[in-house]
Amino acid sequence: MTMLDVRTWTAVCRYDLLQPERGAAALVGDVQVALFRTHDGAVHALSNRDPFSGAQVLSRGIVGTRGDVPTVASPMHKQVFDLRTGVCLDEPDTAVAVFGVRVRDGVVEVSSP
Amino acid sequence: MSTNHQRTLVVVGNGMVGQRLVEALRQRDPQRRWRITVLAEEPRPAYDRVALTSYLTGTSAADLSVVPDGCYDDDCVLHLADPVDHLDRDARTVTTASGRVVAYDALVVATGSVPFVPPVPGADLDGCFVYRTIEDLDAIRDRAADTGSGVVVGGGLLGLEAANALLSLGVRTSVVEFAPRLMPAQVDQGGGEVLRRKIQELGLEARLATATERIEAADGGLRMVFADGSSLDTGLVVFSAGIRPRDELARSSGLEVGERGGIVVDDGCRTADPAIWAIGECALVRGRVYGLVAPGYDMAEVVADRLVGGDAVFAEADTSTKLKLLGVDVASFGDAHGATPDALEVVYADPVAGVYKKLVVTDDAAELLGGVLVGDASAYAALRTMVGRPLTDTPERLLMAGPATSDLGDDAQVCSCQNVTAGSIRGAIRDQGCADVAGIKACTRAGTVCGSCVPLIKTLLTQSGVVASTALCEHFDLSRAELFDVVRATELRTFSEIIAGHGRGRGCDICKPAIASILASLGAGHILDGEQATLQDTNDQFLANIQRDGTYSVVPRVPGGELTPEKLIVIGEVARDFGLYTKITGGQRIDLLGARVEQLPAIWRRLVDAGFESGHAYGKALRTVKSCVGSTWCRYGVQDSTSLAIMMELRYRGLRAPHKIKCGVSGCARECAEARGKDFGVIASENGWNLYVGGNGGFRPRHAELFASDLSTQELVRLVDRFMMFYVRTADRLQRTAAWIEALTDEHGDGLAYLRRVLVDDELGICADLDAALERHVGSYTDEWAAVLADEEKLGRFVSFVNAPDAPDPSIRFVTERGQIRPATPVSGDGPPVVAGPTLEVVR
Repeated sequence: MTMLDVRTWTAVCRYDLLQPERGAAALVGDVQVALFRTHDGAVHALSNRDPFSGAQVLSRGIVGTRGDVPTVASPMHKQVFDLRTGVCLDEPDTAVAVFGVRVRDGVVEVSSP
Repeated sequence: MSTNHQRTLVVVGNGMVGQRLVEALRQRDPQRRWRITVLAEEPRPAYDRVALTSYLTGTSAADLSVVPDGCYDDDCVLHLADPVDHLDRDARTVTTASGRVVAYDALVVATGSVPFVPPVPGADLDGCFVYRTIEDLDAIRDRAADTGSGVVVGGGLLGLEAANALLSLGVRTSVVEFAPRLMPAQVDQGGGEVLRRKIQELGLEARLATATERIEAADGGLRMVFADGSSLDTGLVVFSAGIRPRDELARSSGLEVGERGGIVVDDGCRTADPAIWAIGECALVRGRVYGLVAPGYDMAEVVADRLVGGDAVFAEADTSTKLKLLGVDVASFGDAHGATPDALEVVYADPVAGVYKKLVVTDDAAELLGGVLVGDASAYAALRTMVGRPLTDTPERLLMAGPATSDLGDDAQVCSCQNVTAGSIRGAIRDQGCADVAGIKACTRAGTVCGSCVPLIKTLLTQSGVVASTALCEHFDLSRAELFDVVRATELRTFSEIIAGHGRGRGCDICKPAIASILASLGAGHILDGEQATLQDTNDQFLANIQRDGTYSVVPRVPGGELTPEKLIVIGEVARDFGLYTKITGGQRIDLLGARVEQLPAIWRRLVDAGFESGHAYGKALRTVKSCVGSTWCRYGVQDSTSLAIMMELRYRGLRAPHKIKCGVSGCARECAEARGKDFGVIASENGWNLYVGGNGGFRPRHAELFASDLSTQELVRLVDRFMMFYVRTADRLQRTAAWIEALTDEHGDGLAYLRRVLVDDELGICADLDAALERHVGSYTDEWAAVLADEEKLGRFVSFVNAPDAPDPSIRFVTERGQIRPATPVSGDGPPVVAGPTLEVVR
């Protein structure tokens, strides 16, 4: 079965502006998105808002892995989030929104969650 | 649950031994046939009197408590501050000071002892103290705050402990001892002499063979007059010349007491009255009063057993002791004085190194009887367990190297305080899965009182093949120190190379900053160069300290806290122009808060142009060297503390370490720079500098301990260089110097002594390497912020949004409070939010 992708995509920056294994914040409308480029070249996009502190800082966390899961640790109190699902691995009841993200012609585009 | 069949036990006294009885009986009497009432004189439940001195160096009264949670309930009641003052043996009741009358079926007297105060005139003057309770220590501390000098009467174990406490309060201390040597009960003349020399080096004056004749009030202080006519002026006097059993209940009720005091009991610790028992320091058992906690615990166990129908007896007690006095290890065990007929003594003495060791053996040198160790007691735990056994080696070799731990039989006693054998510990490892010292402590109680057997427990753990994991995280099996050595030896200088060669996965918030710190300590360039930038915590990433709302604070370096008016004005102007909140820090500098990521370069451009540089408030690195104005201005100062602090701050600035490092320099013993609360603290003396190490404030405050005294500036810097670099190389991640030294103590017996051997005597042969590494650091230092401002690529990362580099984060809101901004929290709701300060920087 084929689904039509009807999401709206917003171009945010050139892919090579993203430093490997480091995050960057982007402003999409009035929403703050945290973009992460992992070691394997993949790009992930989560809400930039750390749900534990309420501050818009997740993009400034340390990127790494837990087992095979690509992760970011909140720079505020170090809770670790799954970059693919937004679920907090330390407190699985908490998750942050995941945005669609793709790279077209060397440009990173983000869609609504 | 109370039942009619219950009998009542009354325990008089809630010291360590009385408390032990309660716990031992509770354990043996699960049906609660005994109801327990404890009547205590002190206002707080039992606390660890062995560790009392630590109360003066930051341990709280609550930390010292030895009463487990849930110990007291309906069937087991503790009344504090209500001493028993009358015993009616006929009626089987006791009456307390408050008039409470309690009937008993069995009575255990555990009233302990009082310090002996010699009957010299003036011993009751203001400023004379004893050293036994937390209240005594509070009073001594109050007095010490107003005086510079103190005298301890008594050079025994407790006297030296009290002297140690006075020194830790910054008081110039003398010890007056009647006998011709220190610790006459434990060590012989040779050991006493080594001990005297060692502690004299550390600033403690010892007057031996001296009798005090009287004490007089003089010039607002006290004057001690001695039998030889000489005198000594002092601010306070502490009597610590032995103990006297608290046996007055026995005396007033007609129970037999010893000639020199002590309630006479039989081997079962029972008095002539079958309903009454006595345990601990108030009891005279086998013709002797024991002033140590271990025999007291044994007595408590004996009585608990008897109360439930057992027939335990108190055996000959082990009076072995090991303690660290002023950094000097002193231990004696078994027949330390060679009292056994025809005993032979084998002595090793090195007066230069301050080491004295003696073994007492049988006349055929086949069996160990006892010994004395001063200056190096590392072999104590193993030697003590061998007393009464055949020697496993020649006495000479045992003296030099100590016995091998594999020689320990299962019945060898490892912990004498809690009477735990090597076999029990091996059993706990094998059957109960204990894998570390904490587990052994919980399972067997070994090592929970004086702690001197902890190195032996560690050895047993290692021998059993149980090794506590020191792995950094799931990505590295190595500890931080091991990783440091690997990186240093292999010259791998990127995270990717290091994790590919020695780890797995792509790292995490634990190993990445740890490796970033190691690389920085090894001088691998700017911390934001290349891949290193991705390893940094957000503070190091933006060279500023993140705050609760995602803004950052800026702290320029102010070496030694010295700041010109021009620079002060620049800080004020920057804060005003960027609308930042300003506050003075505890480290004598100024914190500018509320800066957004994209503002940091412009703020720092202004600061760097004015001559400021990074203060590394964001880094696990040297923070500040706090100082007083010293001899330059202060009428009390004896050395130029400000110049030294500035020199040291400039020398060590930027050095990345396992944790932050804080320092202080005080220009006299009044210690206004609070140097003893720092990782290393320097206090001026008339003859130079005294170096203290291992202090910190924070969650668990610790006073730094004296490492070396009367150093020249050059000697001081050399020692601090080595201390810093050795800490950087070998400490665990996020381990402050205090915890690092504690870990060294667990591993090597006495952390400070070990550090002296490594950093002063160069026992490991690494001092030249440490010196060179520190010189490399000094030579390669550059200001991190100036380097960022000169590098467009690094500057490009200081943006709020990758697609809107200068747009302020709209979620950051401030309100004003007392004329400055603060984060607008959801609960505040006061005043209108402002997005930034009154004026914004418009020109770069």
